Amino acid sequence: MFDALRELRLWFSPETVRAEGETPDYRFSLANERTFLAWLRTALALVGGGFAVDQFLPHLADWWRIGLALALLLAGVLCTGRAVNHWVKCERAMRRGEDLPQSRLPALLALILGLVALAVVTVVLLGCAG
Amino acid sequence: MSGGLARCSGSPDRDPGLQPERTRLAWRRTTLAVTVASVLAVRTALHGRAGSGELPAVACAILAWLGFVVVAHQRIRALSTPRPPLLTHRAALLTAICAALVAACGAALVG
Repeated sequence: MFDALRELRLWFSPETVRAEGETPDYRFSLANERTFLAWLRTALALVGGGFAVDQFLPHLADWWRIGLALALLLAGVLCTGRAVNHWVKCERAMRRGEDLPQSRLPALLALILGLVALAVVTVVLLGCAG
Repeated sequence: MSGGLARCSGSPDRDPGLQPERTRLAWRRTTLAVTVASVLAVRTALHGRAGSGELPAVACAILAWLGFVVVAHQRIRALSTPRPPLLTHRAALLTAICAALVAACGAALVG
């Protein structure tokens, strides 16, 4: 819990990050920036998926449709947060010369997405019409 | 884009890995992704069952898109130098907030 708060503080205090270590090769920073953007695109793809479920599965029962769409939108918001968090942590690790941070989120995200995909397929196949 | 490439290959200390170019294209791809998500949000509002609270959500989505495009444009311009400055925390937070805002508008429109 404390760790999460400390990480959140890093988001808003670039000077804390920049005060440590030395500036890495700008190419590494740019690679880090591209990773950040890739996570942002993942988030946006999830948001798009939420809209797609809502728009293109109109025959679903309302609570299925809204539930799946909201799950995807929420996953999208989670990904935007992770994009910033991981970017800051990677930048700090590179400045300190430490190993890059590890994370369980990719596995968690894969699990959530797998479940959502399974739910969509099941619901569409069973014709769970409202 | 080809203009930026030509400018860089003319300078002696350009990066042979074309990192600034790749990063610039990543920003463009992301701008495209935001555009698609925002268009889907507006489409949801237009095709949605007539509700009352849709206009603020649509305005919010368009505003988020606009904010993202402005930040991305500034960053793309900053990246067209051979040795570009670092991405600022402010820009990173703003883009992430804009993306999350589109998602929030979606939740308001869907729910």
